[in-house]
Amino acid sequence: MSISQILFLIVGAVTLISAVLVVTMRNLVHAALCLIATLFSIAVLFVLLDAGFMAAVQVVLYIGAIAILIIFAVMLTRRVMADGSEQTNSQWPLGLAIAAAALASVAALLNAPVWPALPSVDTSLSISALGKALASPDGYVVPFQIASVLLTVALVGAIAVAGEKK
Amino acid sequence: MVPLNWYLTLAAALFCIGLYGVLSRRNAVAILMGVELMMNAVIINLVAFWRYLQPTNINGQVFAVIVFAVAAAEASVGLALIISIYRRRNSVIADEMNLMKW
Amino acid sequence: MPDFNDYGIGNIIVYLWKLLGWWIGSLGVPEPWVTVIVTLVAIVSLATMALLIPIFTIWLERKLAARFQDRLGPNRAGPYGLLQSFADVIKLLGKEDITPTGADKIVYNLAPLVGVLSVVTLWAVVPLASTMVGARINVGVLYVIGISGLGTIAIMMGGWSSNNKFALLGAFRTVAQLVAYEVPMIVALMVPVLLAGSMNVADIVERQDSMWYLWMAPIAAALFFITSVAEIGRAPFDLLEAESEIVAGYHIEYTGMKFGMWMLTEFLHAFTIAALTATLFLGGWNGPFAKEFPLLGLVYFFIKTFAVYFVVVWSRSTFPRIRIDHLLSLNWKFFTPLALGALVVTSLVMMVMNEFAASASVMARTVTLFAANVALLWFVFELIRRSARQARAEAEGGHDEEHASHGGDGHHDEHGHAPASAH
Repeated sequence: MSISQILFLIVGAVTLISAVLVVTMRNLVHAALCLIATLFSIAVLFVLLDAGFMAAVQVVLYIGAIAILIIFAVMLTRRVMADGSEQTNSQWPLGLAIAAAALASVAALLNAPVWPALPSVDTSLSISALGKALASPDGYVVPFQIASVLLTVALVGAIAVAGEKK
Repeated sequence: MVPLNWYLTLAAALFCIGLYGVLSRRNAVAILMGVELMMNAVIINLVAFWRYLQPTNINGQVFAVIVFAVAAAEASVGLALIISIYRRRNSVIADEMNLMKW
Repeated sequence: MPDFNDYGIGNIIVYLWKLLGWWIGSLGVPEPWVTVIVTLVAIVSLATMALLIPIFTIWLERKLAARFQDRLGPNRAGPYGLLQSFADVIKLLGKEDITPTGADKIVYNLAPLVGVLSVVTLWAVVPLASTMVGARINVGVLYVIGISGLGTIAIMMGGWSSNNKFALLGAFRTVAQLVAYEVPMIVALMVPVLLAGSMNVADIVERQDSMWYLWMAPIAAALFFITSVAEIGRAPFDLLEAESEIVAGYHIEYTGMKFGMWMLTEFLHAFTIAALTATLFLGGWNGPFAKEFPLLGLVYFFIKTFAVYFVVVWSRSTFPRIRIDHLLSLNWKFFTPLALGALVVTSLVMMVMNEFAASASVMARTVTLFAANVALLWFVFELIRRSARQARAEAEGGHDEEHASHGGDGHHDEHGHAPASAH
């Protein structure tokens, strides 16, 4: 077993264990902190995949912004759900069955074909290629601009929805 | 060398864990956490396929960047909705948000 | 065995590192594991160096702050009080280690660790000299931003888990302040990235061999410095621990060495942002003969870093604490638009220069960029002056004193004469 495989197994185990804790923990602040652990180990997975930019964006965006937003929301709404109260709804066995069935079917699918080996190419230039693809008219400038409009709309919408009415 | 289907299996497992969270949690914030896990599983898939199938073509990463943008928009609007509902109805339990239910 | 003459005295640290790798290899360890072991040794020694810095800077800061306040500062333990930090550490080790009742034990004890981690890991991308770089990752600048986000989470963890309302207030202020100040910081960081054409911190330093980015992007440099001082929560931005308002903020319940770890985080973070400012805007290790003798580069790097650190201490002991609403409006109404303007102006000037004067010398580019920055600053200050004048006119037209201090909201901080009430 090579070093990269050992690394993958460790990081993957951390990812899955903390993800399970995210959906099972009673204390929601703990669940949110486990979410941060999951997101961080996914960033490490991106590093293993030679996608350093994705890893950095994952940490900046998910941990630096989304996770903090979630923790903040949990703290703001904490009073109504004490830690002792039931955190799962009545249909959780059904949900578990559906999730397990989905996992089983996908795993069966993944077992069948022959997968390509890791191509050995120099990916150090991928970051400038990404920049060019996002900004050039031949590439993805229109989807990129639409995504930024979406973000602006979401920003305005969030303020309009959550802002206190005067 | 890590085979591609290890990554895909991991992403599938993560997606299903997130799915379980979405289906079984009562708290709306916790449901949103499940959605984040599912989004991340998708991004892992995109990046893994990019690296293994077409590392010279950057499209996979472009899709991942757009998914990031969508995730940020989803989280901000979702949490704003939850805070707003909490203010009006003093509850964050998804089952109790039934004003529009027939 | 690596030959010492290939490296020379100026490169002795790299030589020792190679020697270690050769020695471990000669013990019969297989090749990939040699790399793992040598890298671990490098990580541990770099982290230890980073953790030892505060022992000196705490003494330095106390001494400097004392001088600013016309005192002597520590002068009993050792010559010039140099051993004061050791005495402090021994005292902290002897204190009782308390976890308050009702605190969230795991999170409470984990928070200072995450705090220290979030600062020490920043040193991975800081190039100490031309051959001494922890990690040449091609997204170094984004890495710096991401790791600062971890620091925010550490403070939130500490504040929330202490089960104390002042700690929680400190945590809430942290979110408001740190997340807000991250925005202009990221935008200001994009300016040196634009100038260097790379997000690799080592590359950014190498491109500054003929001209520091301080002269090419003065606005971005100032914005980065100010916002990172806000990011570490030091005076005048120390609202997250403001002693006179919320006692000590997020670390109010911590005792003994866990408190010591928060202090370590704060002091090391201050030094780290000084190092980052020196790296990104003051040319890092660049200097005469620094390329030939990397050891000399190390010296230049630390001289520049201590110069910036002096400014941090200076502003800490000079400016009073800023009010929270001023803090936020200063950020959203002044720093963020200014950072965006600086980014746009820099990229415009770069575009025009590349289009029409591609052969322009570095000097010509610097002069043009500097002039553009000054023009932008003049324009912004003219706008502020106009709106402050208007606010004052409105305030004097009415007779409400409350209104007078409210009208110039966010403007009087950066512009000296506030719209003082006429009475």
